[in-house]
Amino acid sequence: MMENQIDQELLEKIADMLGKPVGSFNIRKDSSCADRQSTENIQITDKTDGKSGIEIRIKDGTVGEKCHIPVIITKSGVEEMVYNDFFIGENCDVEIVAGCGIHNCGDQDSRHDGVHTFYVGKNSKVKYTEKHYGGGDGRGGKIMNPETVVYLEEGAFLQMESTQIRGVDSTKRNTKIVCGKGAEAVITERLLTHGNQTAISDMEIVLDGQDAKGRVISRSVAQEESEQVFYPRMVGNAASFGHVQCDSIIMGNAKIKSIPAVIANCPEAQLVHEAAIGKIAGEQLLKLQTLGLTEEEAEDCILKGFLA
Amino acid sequence: MLELRSVGYTVHEGDTKLDILKDISLTIDDHKLVVFTGPNGGGKTTLAKIIMGLVNPTSGRIIWNGQDITGLGITERARLGISYGFQQPPRFKGLTVRDLLTLASGDEKMSKDRCCQYLTKVGLCANDYLDREVDVSLSGGEVKRIEIASILARNSQLMIFDEPEAGIDLWSFARLTETFEQIHRTGSATMIIISHQERIISLADEVIVVGDGSIRHRGSAADILPQILADTLGGCPVLTKGGADL
Ligand SMILES: Nc1ncnc2c1ncn2[C@@H]1O[C@H](COP(=O)(O)OP(=O)(O)OP(=O)(O)O)[C@@H](O)[C@H]1O
Ligand SMILES: [Mg+2]
Repeated sequence: MMENQIDQELLEKIADMLGKPVGSFNIRKDSSCADRQSTENIQITDKTDGKSGIEIRIKDGTVGEKCHIPVIITKSGVEEMVYNDFFIGENCDVEIVAGCGIHNCGDQDSRHDGVHTFYVGKNSKVKYTEKHYGGGDGRGGKIMNPETVVYLEEGAFLQMESTQIRGVDSTKRNTKIVCGKGAEAVITERLLTHGNQTAISDMEIVLDGQDAKGRVISRSVAQEESEQVFYPRMVGNAASFGHVQCDSIIMGNAKIKSIPAVIANCPEAQLVHEAAIGKIAGEQLLKLQTLGLTEEEAEDCILKGFLA
Repeated sequence: MLELRSVGYTVHEGDTKLDILKDISLTIDDHKLVVFTGPNGGGKTTLAKIIMGLVNPTSGRIIWNGQDITGLGITERARLGISYGFQQPPRFKGLTVRDLLTLASGDEKMSKDRCCQYLTKVGLCANDYLDREVDVSLSGGEVKRIEIASILARNSQLMIFDEPEAGIDLWSFARLTETFEQIHRTGSATMIIISHQERIISLADEVIVVGDGSIRHRGSAADILPQILADTLGGCPVLTKGGADL
């Protein structure tokens, strides 16, 4: 595979990849497959239904393996719609690292729309990480619209960490998780917007089975003129427990709307939501200044910690 | 050496003028341990904040090691060797105890062992705390002790502690007074401790009683302690005056 410096930088930023990853991987660059590797337990193939994208099949009992599937766009004017389907067997414990990086030096918009659908088998544990990043000094937009749909079977566990690092001009993210009996989903979302960027995050966690658990931790920072809207919804259809916690730091002339909903369709559902939006507390800045940091350094430090 | 020359702080609330500090002058020599004490609302915290640069005085000068620092900001004063442990420390979502101690020390590569030492000095078990966030999940006494540990880690020439005893259990308090004694004995820093505790007052080279925005008394612990106790026994002047009507 031809990897230049921009590719390397993007891959490191979005998937912590330094060189060729160990285990299975699929690297998508400018709408085609740049490199791929399957393993005994994790098979990656092209989709067969005519849609663009891949299928990832993970055998029952696969433990301790990783799968990297980063997407990078380095040309201006690339627009794509990709469907990736994950079929994860029973009793697995695996880590999937996705992510999208766009480097746009031109004047045309580059856009990645990706739909990731996961079918997670009984008692399997999945850690799913995705990072989004935009770079390059062109006037063309860097647009990402990720959609994640996860079906957790009995006793399955999903830990999802989704981070928008910076430089994404427009994003509309849709996340839907359905938890079966005793299944648990922990979703951490971190989002930074700046300039004139906009971000919309729509999330629905459906606690469908008895003793299902859902937890959403959303932390965001909106700087300058940027705008963010959050719609996290926790739906309890059974005796279950759900918790949504949204915290945002607002700066400059930014705007943030947070519209959480908890919906109980069963009297045994216990659902909690907390949402807070505020600027950085003055006392925090002062405290860090008394430790010798300048005001700017203090602000940076607080934001870094908050989004870490 | 720290010198305050006729420091005053006045605020205006509507039409009324509030003199929070009035004409405070004092000098604190290097390596001394000075305790500020006095009634609630007397002006101790305001005075400490004026030294740190968190509050700007409306009159007077502040001289630190011969340099007039009245016009300097917080960061500059911190870099000149002044530190202040807050009476009510702020909390930080996402910053761990270790992050805070590391920032305070100014040494990005501060070892885990060093962090642990500072926590031990305030009676905290490092293993339980290093990776915890300094957020609302910590108790009041825990945050307070972490705040003090951050001042110890900063290791400035002047350390100001604002009621370090507040909310702290007896065991940690004993550990803390030992730490103050040790700093004092080795002469590694000048300390101003705002305190209401007899035990801490008795460690002082000098005790300054601040009340109503002025220095009421100053002297050695041996001289001042009996006076404070006498004042306390005298009770509240307002209540005493109105006593006949009650
Ligand atoms: N910016 C301000 N505006 C109005 N009043 C103020 C302001 N800052 C301080 N004060 C008042 O000044 C007085 C002194 O406050 P300060 O916090 O310095 O007292 P203190 O001696 O530290 O008290 P404590 O023992 O309760 O900590 C109080 O009456 C307080 O309400
Ligand atoms: Mg005070």
